[in-house]
Amino acid sequence: MSEFNPRIVGFLCNWCSYTGADLAGTSRLKSSPSIRIIRTMCSGRVDPTFVVKAFELGADGVLIAGCHFGDCHYQEGNYKTMRRVVLLKRLLYDLGIEPERVRLEWISASEGEKFTRVSNEFTEQIRNLGPINLEYLQNRISHSLNEPVEVI
Amino acid sequence: MISVNIDGKEVQVPEDSSILKAAEKAGIWIPTMCYSELFEPYGVCRLCSVEVIRGRRSRVVTACNYPVREGLTVLTNSEKIQWIRKMIMEMMLSRWPNVGVVKDMATRLGVTKPRFESLEKDEDPNACILCGMCVNACKELVKAEVLGFAYRGIKREVVLPFDKKSAECIVCGACAHVCPTGHVKMIIEDYRGKKPEFTLGAKTAIYVPSMQAVPRVPVIDTESCIHFKTDGCETCSKVCEPQAINYKMEDEIIEFEVGQILVATGFDIFDATPMAQYGYGRYDNVYSSLEFEYLLNSTGPTGGKILLKNGKEPRAVGIIHCIGSRDTNHHPYCSRVCCMYALKFAHLIHDRTRAAIYQFYIDMRAFGKGYEEFYSRLLNEGITMIRGKAAEVVEASKSKEDEGKLLIRCEDTLIGKFREIPVDMVILCNAIEPRKDSDTVKKLFSMSKSPDGFFLERHPKLDPTSTMTDGILIAGCAQGPKDIPDTVAQASSAAARILSLIAKGEVEIDPICATVQEEFCSGCKICNNLCPYSAIEFLIDKNISHVNEVLCKGCGTCVAACPSGAMTGSGFTDKQIYAELEGLLEI
Repeated sequence: MSEFNPRIVGFLCNWCSYTGADLAGTSRLKSSPSIRIIRTMCSGRVDPTFVVKAFELGADGVLIAGCHFGDCHYQEGNYKTMRRVVLLKRLLYDLGIEPERVRLEWISASEGEKFTRVSNEFTEQIRNLGPINLEYLQNRISHSLNEPVEVI
Repeated sequence: MISVNIDGKEVQVPEDSSILKAAEKAGIWIPTMCYSELFEPYGVCRLCSVEVIRGRRSRVVTACNYPVREGLTVLTNSEKIQWIRKMIMEMMLSRWPNVGVVKDMATRLGVTKPRFESLEKDEDPNACILCGMCVNACKELVKAEVLGFAYRGIKREVVLPFDKKSAECIVCGACAHVCPTGHVKMIIEDYRGKKPEFTLGAKTAIYVPSMQAVPRVPVIDTESCIHFKTDGCETCSKVCEPQAINYKMEDEIIEFEVGQILVATGFDIFDATPMAQYGYGRYDNVYSSLEFEYLLNSTGPTGGKILLKNGKEPRAVGIIHCIGSRDTNHHPYCSRVCCMYALKFAHLIHDRTRAAIYQFYIDMRAFGKGYEEFYSRLLNEGITMIRGKAAEVVEASKSKEDEGKLLIRCEDTLIGKFREIPVDMVILCNAIEPRKDSDTVKKLFSMSKSPDGFFLERHPKLDPTSTMTDGILIAGCAQGPKDIPDTVAQASSAAARILSLIAKGEVEIDPICATVQEEFCSGCKICNNLCPYSAIEFLIDKNISHVNEVLCKGCGTCVAACPSGAMTGSGFTDKQIYAELEGLLEI
């Protein structure tokens, strides 16, 4: 059986991470082909529903990447992303999706190498988690409702 | 104005002038030893004695502090005066026979050998002649009042308070500067951890920054200037005839409103002190490239002569490439310009001193137009190229004569042997590195930096002068190490871009902007506090939020937060992103 190739959606901010990914390309670094990139102006534009929608459409993982704190082109969009992702992960847990399927990273425009590393690592991580099984997860939800909520 | 008769010449002088000033105006020389225009006449050397005749009376007075009066007749070269001057010089010469200024003045006044011997004879050529210049400079110019006279008669001497180092002394050096015999010396005990001779020539507190400075006017270093320490001195303004010196001038911050900014903040050179193996900062004759460039300059401290610290010409010079560049411990990148300036140094050293030149290189990178040809030409001039980075520079002197000699240890990788090369001077080719404050500049213009720390261009190949922020351009070494032709090309390109936008007269702004669909807005105000630009205002009468399109930068943070989906971001609407997601996840 051929190796499982996950489908990962990457939301990258226009100013830092998208440029960083571009740098990885112009530097001829080998990044995982599993990451499918959607450019947003700011990581703050990433509506948590996009992530849920991505999982609904069959994505195995979602990477959200923005500028480092203090470097945001819009001053503080990345702080808001961080807040949202914490809540999103709780929600995903409740939905029965492993919170590890969402990863938030800060990648600056100069960190092409970091983008490559993160995308490769994340692909490997998702590969270990295996493909998302929505039907199975939906069954699991009813069982996990009584478990205490872990803060991640 | 008062008219005075000096040696038969009539002179018109202001009322408060001294006879000495009047004589100067008349073009008559009066010898002086303790007089300076910069402070009040002291009248101790008595050498300026002149004969003053008023009516039928004649008196001998000192010209430096005797004020002129109407109808005064002065004789400066009468027999009586000549006798007095000779006597003074004989006495001085008998006491200080070897002091330069005394000998010169004696010769000028026709005294060769004193008739008598002094009991206090001092044969030191730098003996103190008690002129009091240092005391007066300290008191009147500097206003520090540290130096003073002690004891009387032949025991008189210049002393510090209690004969100890004084906390009142501001180490301005004025006393040493005015001392005519060199008796007062400045001893700098700690100067950047180096011996005082190590500085490439002293600067005064008022100086022209460089001969090419525009505008070429002097500046005052307020940290060193005596005036800013004690409120005294003001020598420069006393001697400046057009009265151009203004101590009240301050740094001004001038604000301009501009539409575009070209950031060309340049570079710093790598400080080689941490690379202790090369001895920079420890050995006198190890120079950084910039220091050596200063030494080569015809307006530099040696007038362009290549000299060692002891004033001799070097007989062998070692040039070590890649100090801090192409080095994983410091900067992994190549600084690009060093190979070529090292060759230029070699050429100039060869031209000016005929010294043997050794270049220690990793790889020669003569990449530009005409550069390889220059390299070949240099090889024919007979410089020695050694492939291998020098391991260390050590002191090699064994005796007094070869003090300061250095030994460069290296591996010659082309012959596969360890070599030790004795040289007189070592020049380090320091790396070009980003400015120390580049982080502040980066934040100021919301630019990015590449991994090497230089400002990041929008695209390395297609857009090397713009940055991610519209209207901010970069050029020169702020963007990365480069030589002059490349800098000129990049800067010209950036300037042309700026001009093209000015000529156009209008700018296109990003169409990305958030808008509120009024019919869906519930007036929850969640978006209002999220906007970092305060672009969202709340319309109380309609009970909805409204986006000011001019202030909105289009980040979309509010769009993502809107619970009722009333906020849409043009170019990045929910619909568009869902469509993207569907497209991406189809396969």
